[in-house]
Amino acid sequence: MPGPFDTPDPVKQTPPALPPGQEPSAIRKFLLSRGSSALADRGFRWLMIGCALSIFAIVALIATELVMRSQLTIAKFGLKFFFGTAWDPVNGDFGALPFIYGTLVSSAVALVIAVPLAVGVSIFITEMCPKFLRGPLSFLTELLAAIPSVVYGLWAIFVLVPLLREHVNPVLMKLFGWSGLFVEPNFGIGMLAAGVILSIMILPVISSLTREVMTSVPHSQREAVLALGATRWEMIRMGVLRNARIGIVGSIILGLGRALGETMAVTMVIGNRPDIVKNLLAPGYSMASVIANEFSEASDDMYLSALIEIGLALFIVTIIVNALARLLVWAVTRGAPARVN
Amino acid sequence: MGVGIQVDNLNAWYGSNHTLLDINLHIPANQATALIGPSGCGKSTFVRCLNRMHETNPVAKVTGSVRIGEIDIYADASPVEIRRRIGMVFQRPNPFPTMSIYDNVASGLKLNGFRNRRVTDEVVERSLQQAALWDEVKNDLKKKSGASLSGGQQQRLCIARALAVDPEVLLMDEPASALDPVSTAKIEDLIFQLKSQYTIVIVTHNMQQAARVAERTGFFLSGKLVEFDSTHKIFTNPGDKRTEDYITGRFG
Repeated sequence: MPGPFDTPDPVKQTPPALPPGQEPSAIRKFLLSRGSSALADRGFRWLMIGCALSIFAIVALIATELVMRSQLTIAKFGLKFFFGTAWDPVNGDFGALPFIYGTLVSSAVALVIAVPLAVGVSIFITEMCPKFLRGPLSFLTELLAAIPSVVYGLWAIFVLVPLLREHVNPVLMKLFGWSGLFVEPNFGIGMLAAGVILSIMILPVISSLTREVMTSVPHSQREAVLALGATRWEMIRMGVLRNARIGIVGSIILGLGRALGETMAVTMVIGNRPDIVKNLLAPGYSMASVIANEFSEASDDMYLSALIEIGLALFIVTIIVNALARLLVWAVTRGAPARVN
Repeated sequence: MGVGIQVDNLNAWYGSNHTLLDINLHIPANQATALIGPSGCGKSTFVRCLNRMHETNPVAKVTGSVRIGEIDIYADASPVEIRRRIGMVFQRPNPFPTMSIYDNVASGLKLNGFRNRRVTDEVVERSLQQAALWDEVKNDLKKKSGASLSGGQQQRLCIARALAVDPEVLLMDEPASALDPVSTAKIEDLIFQLKSQYTIVIVTHNMQQAARVAERTGFFLSGKLVEFDSTHKIFTNPGDKRTEDYITGRFG
């Protein structure tokens, strides 16, 4: 015996018949004429899988190509290549450490300058600035990202470097000379100049993403903090920055990625000397710069192989830095989920 | 202990939209007062004027006077000082998702620079107990995020957060409208428990809720306070035809 709530056997059910002489509506006819679309759905699925897999394929291809083409130096120096400090193309002695050092230090200088500035700009735009200024100001910061890096380089040579040499560096040497980071020689060009120009270049990346994340923090979070008796700054700190911190770290990682790989502007002001010194005013060299500068004059196979292995080093350093940054995000946010309701 | 609220000639605007017209009423201390009315009648704007949250919207404007206890909140103090004395619970639960349950409750104390760990521990426990949430969360106070709780628990967490700063007045803007019936009943029980110690103003869509929890009820319509009287009178023998139409379900 079927219970009162059992659904009737589907076989016995007949579709409701239309009264004689009545056509189904146009919409009903159209919908009935569509098939299950299963084929299109499956096709779409495979297309998307293909897109996702192509990323892996590209990365794998780049890595194998870099390893294959730097066989000569890998065989000759092994791991010592990454820790060697010599760069002597004439005698065929190569080490990547000064370049790795230059890339990391100039990027670190860039982050130290750009992060507070970018977060400040974002706070101003999202929380404080009058509405009519918001659009133009965001547009201007984003415009910085559209300037070609060679133009940045030229500007750095003609404006930034003299400015640093004449006005900024003397002050830094006076105030912080004791730290050993800012001492003679004061050429203007050098690690600091590279870091400053990089900071301007990554500023729009960090600030536009940070702004986006901060805007997406729900209004209810700001109200919750205000209702507890918070001042404006306390509201921004507890209600906005705290909720946006994962996104902000993400934007910093993207900015760092750009700083690590930036070539042209850095080459023009870093000084291009493969030295490892603590002094930020001294010239240095970066991985991207040495490849750009010396690739065309790499006359023998060993030299060429060394430059390609520098490229491999850059690839590895980028991966390691990104992994560390992600680890940091994970460690910071382990306790509390990132979800914002 | 709570304090009474005296409102005189209160007018409020959003841009050119005049949302509150000449509101005058007295909200007694240590009782629950319910504000009912159809959507857009100004009841939420009214409670937001009581802790100066209304003016956080750049196009908003207020005139008139609101005295909470001895203080005229629009003349004698800054909005920040006012909000430290008045707790608020919003329509949608808004716990801080990046903070633990403990930190959520302690956030008002921390914000104002209160550092005493022992007292903070006590306040957190007492507030969670007042909000009837203690037993459900006591084992993962510092392990779980405020956002990991269910909707009803989140709202009680928000109530605990508001109670932790020991407010004189507790404003509740439709605190149960986003919750299921079981959670709603818990929130109502809570209001019942709390009203002997705090002055509670609760905005609600739900007339039965007003009848259950409040001593006094005000009926708002189109920005005006149509009637303000004891809850019993409003629901059994309203003085105004419009109030009667609304509570008998003829509109709204």
